[in-house]
Amino acid sequence: MAGNENILSVENLKVRFHTLDGVVEAVKGINMYVKPGETVAVVGESGSGKSQTMMAAMRLLASNGEATGTIAYRGANLLTLTKSELNEVRGRKITMIFQEPMTSLDPLYTIGNQLMEPIMRHRKVGAEEARKEAVKVLKLVRIPEPERRMKSYPYEMSGGQRQRVMIAMAIANDPDLLIADEPTTALDVTIQAEILNLMADLRKRLGMSMIFITHDLNIVRRIADRVYVMKLGEVVEEGETRAIFANPKHPYTKALLAAEPTGHKEPVPKTAPTMLDGTDMRVTFKIGGGFLAGDPIYLKAVDRVSVKLRRGQTIGIVGESGSGKSTLARALLRMVPSEGAIHFDGRNIEKFDTQQMRPLRKQLQIVFQDPFGSLSPRLTSGQIVTEGLLVHEPSITSKERDRRAAQAFVEVGLDPANRNRYPHEFSGGQRQRIAIARAIILKPKVVVLDEPTSALDRQVQKQIVDLLRDLQQAHNLSYLFISHDLAVVRAMADHIMVMKDGRMVEQGSPEEIFDHPHEEYTKRLMAAAFADHAVAGA
Amino acid sequence: MLRYVFRRLLTAIPTLFVIVTISFFLIRVAPGGPFNQERGLNPVIKANLERQFGLDQPLWMQYLHYLNNLLHGNFGPSYNLPDFTVAELFKVGLPVSIQVGASALILALIIGTILGVIAALRQNKGADYAVIATATAGSTVPTFVIAPIYQLIFATTLALVPVATWGGGALVNKIGPIVTLALPQIAIVARLMRGSMIEALRSHHIRTARALGLSDWSIIVKHALRGALLPIVSYSGPAAAALLTGSIIVETIFQIPGVGRYFVEAALNRDYTLVMGTVVVIALFTILFNLIVDILYAAVDPRVRYD
Repeated sequence: MAGNENILSVENLKVRFHTLDGVVEAVKGINMYVKPGETVAVVGESGSGKSQTMMAAMRLLASNGEATGTIAYRGANLLTLTKSELNEVRGRKITMIFQEPMTSLDPLYTIGNQLMEPIMRHRKVGAEEARKEAVKVLKLVRIPEPERRMKSYPYEMSGGQRQRVMIAMAIANDPDLLIADEPTTALDVTIQAEILNLMADLRKRLGMSMIFITHDLNIVRRIADRVYVMKLGEVVEEGETRAIFANPKHPYTKALLAAEPTGHKEPVPKTAPTMLDGTDMRVTFKIGGGFLAGDPIYLKAVDRVSVKLRRGQTIGIVGESGSGKSTLARALLRMVPSEGAIHFDGRNIEKFDTQQMRPLRKQLQIVFQDPFGSLSPRLTSGQIVTEGLLVHEPSITSKERDRRAAQAFVEVGLDPANRNRYPHEFSGGQRQRIAIARAIILKPKVVVLDEPTSALDRQVQKQIVDLLRDLQQAHNLSYLFISHDLAVVRAMADHIMVMKDGRMVEQGSPEEIFDHPHEEYTKRLMAAAFADHAVAGA
Repeated sequence: MLRYVFRRLLTAIPTLFVIVTISFFLIRVAPGGPFNQERGLNPVIKANLERQFGLDQPLWMQYLHYLNNLLHGNFGPSYNLPDFTVAELFKVGLPVSIQVGASALILALIIGTILGVIAALRQNKGADYAVIATATAGSTVPTFVIAPIYQLIFATTLALVPVATWGGGALVNKIGPIVTLALPQIAIVARLMRGSMIEALRSHHIRTARALGLSDWSIIVKHALRGALLPIVSYSGPAAAALLTGSIIVETIFQIPGVGRYFVEAALNRDYTLVMGTVVVIALFTILFNLIVDILYAAVDPRVRYD
């Protein structure tokens, strides 16, 4: 039944990388096939080999990589084609789009130039005809004003628009198979939904097959006919999407499905004391002008937003990138200059300077998104966690400090024996635990969580969410939880604020916001994030 | 863009003023003067000379006087070459230095870029190691070693070119100095180019180009090389300013009537006006070439905008 009816068939594919530490086997003899018109999802966490499988098919492996086995396109083994034969297939019959829309286009050429090039090359047509075709595909991917956009450079477009251009380049030559490697991961949730709809629509219209690499099960559910689940270089389960979701067989698949964020938080009583209260907060950035360059230009990053955070409460702030949610939180902690009264624990801290703020910092902590960048690589994890104690409780002995560090490690679920290790020796999830330990060792009252789970795989994400919940319970912490991941916010927060362009669009309980949104923008956001619970095609 | 150029030229004025002021007083701090000679000059004659050139006046007067002259385009007379004004010396010497320096620069940019690209494409293979080894050798061997070796081989032994003559600037006499000046620059450009090209070839948009089945030529020249040239553009600004204003070593060994030797000779002889003239010329070249680099940058990279 396999053989010629498949667009792509992968047999016993192995991908090895020759590194200084020896040979690493990233893909360990997998089999896969894609039929005409079919959408296949390859699911797995980082390091599962899902991307490398596709890079091998496109012969795009890094120079130390080597693929053996067969990857056949309509019977021809892509791994053994000559370069010129291969380039007849790549970009014409099989195309690929990538995760990084911001960097995947050449910054130095116009969109039109980059779109026309593969058309001219593969169809052997002149510039005039290629231009017409290019405008046509730009229309197809729903870029507004395609003629004018032909002259734009990538830097003049948003991430979503760039990804549309990438898709346009990929479908311009009417391919048989489009491979999409996490094409929406770097995009905001509403844009994500638009791109997914576009791709599903294009697949139908052009009758091509699609391979979708992702770690997001929502996307799989929405778009795929069949699923391959990969773990550590092997396919551990495969089957129809519906069957896999209804009845997962392999424990890993079950764990993946169970890792969807669940649960909800009970609201705090109305009598709970207010911890942090910002009234009519405004943050303005100067973004242009200045000496000899004309009038200054200002951007209102936060525009008259009020926040009231009670003890034990979790306020979720949601919104797309650029909506001002992080800036608002930083302004509340007096980390960026702002206007508007801020009360912390009953005191107005609006006019406090660095000196006056310092003793309060202990009680106002923040955990950042990037578990790689926010820990100093030259300090041990123990030093990182206890650094705040040196400032805020300088009188305690080093022995006591060490005891507190060990205690904090235990509290965030890390082995205290590891506190002499450096950050790079920990995984992403463990590093985020270190960052959390660093915050809670000071016994804070308010913790700002700025996208603390966004850089993590779903399973790890769930563990961090559980940890944050436990800590909140144990210490009666107040959280400002910033995220663009609505599923996580829904599970964590008892009050939600929706932000757009520096303004607060809507706020309310999770039930109100998620189930009965009033504002158009909130409705769109919810539709984008949650309309995908129906299985594709159903 | 024109407004930007105008603004840059405007800011060059205070820059030049600061440079002139600092160098004016700095060279005066050095002990001795233009008329201190080994055997000692008759004090009366020395006093006469100093009066003639205004060196007997208070320093601040001399400074204001010099500034005033400079504003009128007058660099003053040379103290040690009394038959010439500083302007005349540059009028004769500068074209020679520019000609030799510019030829060396162009040669270095072309050959260095090609070698660097070849090395990047053959990364960690024979050709790469050959280019890197040559480049390392090239940037470690100083010009005062290259120049005599060149003369030894091509002039003395093989007698293909004359030994150390300028002879009115015949082409055959220029080969030596141009090659000598170019060799270390080729080495630097090749290394820079290799690094930035390797980085460019690893970038995401090159992966896209490969995935679209574009030809190697298009990938390498159109999509990788253009961006990879930016570091070379940055480097060539200061390099041009240095090369075009002459090199004392090369000019001395090959007997070239350029301006490169003036800086050192004038400083040693306390030829104040000639030192100042050289400073102004080098500063002007540096400002000018940095401006050209910035304009070229905008031409290569559309994201760079000036207004």
